Amino acid sequence: MDLTLSPADEAFRAEARTWLAAHVPQTPLRSLETEEGFAAHRVWEAELAADRWSVVSWPEVYGGRGAGIVRWLVFEEEYYAAGAPGRVGQNGINLLAPTLFDHGTEEQRARILPSMATGEVVWAQAWSEPEAGSDLASLTSRAVRTNGGWLLSGQKTWSSRAAFADRAFGLFRSEPDTPRPHQGLTYLMFDLRAPGVTVRPIGRLDGRPAFAEVFLDEVFVPDEDVIGEPGGGWRVAMSTAGNERGLTLRSPGRFLAASDRLVALWRGRADPSDTALRDRVADAVIGARAYQLFTYAHASRFLDGATMGPESSLNKVFWSEYDIALHETALDLLGPDGESADTDWSEGYVFSLAGPIYAGTNEIQRDIIAERLLGLPKGRR
Amino acid sequence: MRFLLDAEQRAFADSLDAMLTAADTPSVVRDWSRGDHGGGRALWSRIAKAGVFALAVPEAYEGMGPRPVELAVGFIELGRHAVPGPLVETVAAAALLAELADPLPAGRLLPSLASGEASATLALDGAYALDGDAATTRLALAADGLRLAPGHGPVRASLDPARHLTPLSPGGELLSTAPPVAHALGWARLATAAQALGVGLALLDRTVAYVKQRTQFGVPVGSFQAVKHRLADAKIALEFARPLLFGAALTMAPADVAAAKVTACEAAYVTARTALQLHGAIGYTAEYDLSLWLAKARALRTAWGTPAECRAEVLSGGDRRW
Ligand SMILES: Cc1cc2nc3c(=O)[nH]c(=O)nc-3n(C[C@H](O)[C@H](O)[C@H](O)COP(=O)(O)OP(=O)(O)OC[C@H]3O[C@@H](n4cnc5c(N)ncnc54)[C@H](O)[C@@H]3O)c2cc1C
Repeated sequence: MDLTLSPADEAFRAEARTWLAAHVPQTPLRSLETEEGFAAHRVWEAELAADRWSVVSWPEVYGGRGAGIVRWLVFEEEYYAAGAPGRVGQNGINLLAPTLFDHGTEEQRARILPSMATGEVVWAQAWSEPEAGSDLASLTSRAVRTNGGWLLSGQKTWSSRAAFADRAFGLFRSEPDTPRPHQGLTYLMFDLRAPGVTVRPIGRLDGRPAFAEVFLDEVFVPDEDVIGEPGGGWRVAMSTAGNERGLTLRSPGRFLAASDRLVALWRGRADPSDTALRDRVADAVIGARAYQLFTYAHASRFLDGATMGPESSLNKVFWSEYDIALHETALDLLGPDGESADTDWSEGYVFSLAGPIYAGTNEIQRDIIAERLLGLPKGRR
Repeated sequence: MRFLLDAEQRAFADSLDAMLTAADTPSVVRDWSRGDHGGGRALWSRIAKAGVFALAVPEAYEGMGPRPVELAVGFIELGRHAVPGPLVETVAAAALLAELADPLPAGRLLPSLASGEASATLALDGAYALDGDAATTRLALAADGLRLAPGHGPVRASLDPARHLTPLSPGGELLSTAPPVAHALGWARLATAAQALGVGLALLDRTVAYVKQRTQFGVPVGSFQAVKHRLADAKIALEFARPLLFGAALTMAPADVAAAKVTACEAAYVTARTALQLHGAIGYTAEYDLSLWLAKARALRTAWGTPAECRAEVLSGGDRRW
């Protein structure tokens, strides 16, 4: 049992730190939930990609560095410690790319991954529907067979960053009469600007168009954009979901950096007699460390050959609740200044509030923990 | 970077677990609570033979230590089985004695602590010492330094009946005028954190087993979502305390140890509240063994550093990256 990095990993850390120190924008970019901010973040992704820092864990042929999980964690620590911008391409990088590595064809990987790595094509996840949230398998959007491909119709919603993104991936019902709802689903990719697609941005709590609904009216998708077997989309989607809740969506580096900033804020302005607030700051520091070490333990298991299972639900509940507590503490430390909408803390706060809802709500995650990790009997859903 | 226990460390945990399961610790705890230390002493020497106390004693004094990671592994098992006695105090005393400027007291006292012939308790600045009625070596940190206390005062009951709170008698041999208290406190907190984690894990296991077999409304109560979600939260709390504990054992930095202590104790305490609730009335009885762990979760929470003290320690260092 040890926490020390090999000299080669330390060298990787130093290289990342040096590069980031020279390249991270001096003035923070505008929120990526605005049109202007989105464009600026694409430019940043291209800059990262030019020196192969945008997808360090991918194989080199697709623009990565073939970094293992430990180096990925190290990179994330350095990335957020350097104050680098949030990742506009994260849905593609964290959700679609692992799906393509597991279930895609060689042709799909070669066609899709390089432009994802550079931010030239930004991807949105089109899973949820108005009547299919937690019960995702009840989705009704259709994929109907046609010459050389499929015609998609129906409505998707809550699609993060779809307001400004280029393409989307999601599940469609291709066989309407299967005995179980999980069957007869097909996993497809489509162009958000294709004929028949209408994207309507939706303002989140602060009004910014952070997500969108997507209307599809006989949108043509060629066969080459099916991932996995037609009708076998559920299995493909579940491997994506494990990634979403697991290590990649919220790396510990982000929280370590945020808790450092919180401590600096506390030292700068806290009333020393307010021990209740001090305790919350300490909990933020402790939580970031706990999350980092929990992740290192998991990474060690992966190195031993383990794969991500239902433990990813522990992770998801932890980071989502932690994120809110951290940001609430920051806003309380700021006092009346915390009301100001255009700060990193307020942006982070609004973002954090959605954590227990997306990527499978925390109620659903707790069911998974209880049933699959603790072995409790299934009850009525 | 391989932040996982190795096969040998896991085997150590398993063998302790098997030994303690066979020892019927609940009846040992109940005897100990009544002041009958016979069964507890016998168990103590078996725990010592398994090497637990030797992990805190340097090799120069017939120990195997210092090995904080293995000590944490061992103390999780002691907590899981609700073993009574001044376990943490013996570890803290060993760490303190091993670091005294004068090596003579260590030479005299440590070998018997490592072998289990002796047990120790330790009181800082007039606080109660745990189980001074049972411990054979009583160390008191007074204004003028560390003393070997000649005896103990009247025993006071704890919320955990298995813990006897004892003031130590003044006077006695002066062992050191400048004992390394912070060092001993680190070991005490680490061992307490591990013990608390073990207590929490036992509470969770027992409660999961109970809600699977207890039926109401014609179904196991464990199939109700309100029940599941409380247990899921307990599981999350315990699983995130574990890496903090082992991270602290690797660094032994005061902030890391304090973070592990507060987190493990809070996780155990949250689990205790859940365990009590989900057992219904039977959980609220002294007869039912669950009470042995419930009481300990409460007591450990404030032993060797309250939550507030530990949180203050976390923030007391300068700015640093972990
Ligand atoms: C900021 C944000 C970004 C998102 N981004 C995307 C995206 O990019 N792509 C995408 O496809 N989706 C996205 N989503 C949608 C998200 O995945 C869904 O909101 C989520 O799955 C929950 O579905 P719902 O909102 O319909 O809530 P519902 O499923 O209607 O749930 C409402 C409430 O009931 C509870 N509930 C439901 N079923 C149960 C049950 N069995 N037991 C206990 N409680 C239950 C839920 O936990 C919740 O509290 C996003 C959501 C947000 C808020």
